[in-house]
Amino acid sequence: MARVVVNVMPKPEILDPQGKAVTGALKRMGHEGFSVRQGKRFEIEVEGDLTPARLEEVRQYAEAVLANTVIENFEVVSQ
Amino acid sequence: MRIGVVRFPGSLDDQDAMRAIRLMGGDPVALWHKSDDLGSVDAVILPGGFSYGDYLRCGAIARFSPVMGEVVRRAGQGMPLLGICNGFQILCEARLLPGALIRNEVRVFTAVEQRLRMESNSTVWTSAYTPGAEVSMALKNGEGNYQADAETIARLEGEGRVVARYLDNPNGSVHDIAGIANERGNVVGLMPHPEHNVDPEIATTLDGRGFFESVAAFLSA
Repeated sequence: MARVVVNVMPKPEILDPQGKAVTGALKRMGHEGFSVRQGKRFEIEVEGDLTPARLEEVRQYAEAVLANTVIENFEVVSQ
Repeated sequence: MRIGVVRFPGSLDDQDAMRAIRLMGGDPVALWHKSDDLGSVDAVILPGGFSYGDYLRCGAIARFSPVMGEVVRRAGQGMPLLGICNGFQILCEARLLPGALIRNEVRVFTAVEQRLRMESNSTVWTSAYTPGAEVSMALKNGEGNYQADAETIARLEGEGRVVARYLDNPNGSVHDIAGIANERGNVVGLMPHPEHNVDPEIATTLDGRGFFESVAAFLSA
């Protein structure tokens, strides 16, 4: 069974309050010099062969559903 | 004035919206998210809450529910449509309104009596307000931080489509934006809750009444 991963990240220019909170926590723990941005990872199991058409189908719904392209970038990675 | 209020799994403020419609002289109609039948409603409100548990993103899954196809279609024909809080998030996800609501800059759920300046009376939901009028109503959200790219903001400002602005920005929204309208002015999205500010028994102000008076005036014209 093929697997496709969709990674979704807030756009660089969009404030990421969750990443900021994690960055602040790391600093308080003594981990200096790290800046964290937090995104989402979707792991998609595909029944049957992962044809170019199926991969394109994933790309289309990643853009329409999994990511909100107003505020997020996404990438589709087949594994 | 028959106004439908959609109940999604996780909606919270649908009963308050229905009660507000009744108090303001209208007939509230409960609409179910799984039905694509809006019946004979004249307008629709998408209420506040956490539709589908806010999974994926606020409003992202509600946007694809059966009722929304018909809501979007009717809104395209000019039906008044108001999205409050989670409803505003759904309208943005459905691309009926531009931009998106992200997590509050302050990183906490904010529940306050919020001062606003009404900016536009050229929408079907805000015609009863005087532009520049300062009002106050309930605001409660964790993800009410309105963001859009500079071009979109310039267009919204240039076309007078910012309907309300925070006087002391509680969540980091760009240009202090609390609510916006579509080009036609029949679709409005708003983070504050006018439905909580209509009843003198429980509300500190009655400043939310204007939204219901506005749509009533539009529908009776």
